[in-house]
Amino acid sequence: MSDQLIFTYVIDGDDFTRAGEASSSVKNKLKMIGVDSDVIRRVAIAMYEGEINMVIHANGGVITVTISDTDITMVLADSGPGIPDIDKAMQEGYSTAREEVRSLGFGAGMGLPNMKRYTDEMHIDTVLGTGTTITMKVNL
Amino acid sequence: MKLQTILELPQCRVLVKGDPSREISRIFCCDLLSIAMGKAPSDGVWVTVMGNKNTLAVASLTDTACIVLAEGVSLDEDTLAKAEEEGIAILATDLPIFDIALEIHEAGDL
Repeated sequence: MSDQLIFTYVIDGDDFTRAGEASSSVKNKLKMIGVDSDVIRRVAIAMYEGEINMVIHANGGVITVTISDTDITMVLADSGPGIPDIDKAMQEGYSTAREEVRSLGFGAGMGLPNMKRYTDEMHIDTVLGTGTTITMKVNL
Repeated sequence: MKLQTILELPQCRVLVKGDPSREISRIFCCDLLSIAMGKAPSDGVWVTVMGNKNTLAVASLTDTACIVLAEGVSLDEDTLAKAEEEGIAILATDLPIFDIALEIHEAGDL
């Protein structure tokens, strides 16, 4: 069994302007380890979208990033309202974001589709009223 | 084209100069951060009217070299300081997005 690096980030649900700090930190760590720049970009985009979603919809949550020899796995867990219709949420352009979020340039309904597009695997576990856990994997 | 060429455009005010020797790949125009997140090219110049902290976060994650804020939009001091730290150039202009993108295109033959 080879070594793994594990990082955990608590995402503040109240502060929209700080969203992105966790993804930025992961990006810098991957750069330091010398991970391929295309992989770094994909991880950073997918994680940032997830981070933004947690702030917009779920009042924050916890992100755990595991780096192994073969892949980078991100687990984003929140205790938000859950996703009522995953198929709809996966459609580009479908969004339930509030107006104030849209005025900041988000809420275009690209979050989940981007997360799927930029990762090799994505799995959504959601329970209405309990929360959502999204697991994403990018192969090295 | 190097970033220096854009920094010298008379229509732009340089708020943060970044790394003038950085080679620019493309010009990208977009105001929706959700789309910019997926589409902004590495080492690109991103022209937008969306001036908030999240603009810088998206630029940083996509390895954008330079943000050009059009239509007189600006960014707060904290965000400019952060851009300085991250080596991302920030310019501001009163011109509309298309006009300044065209100026950059003509200056740099991109």
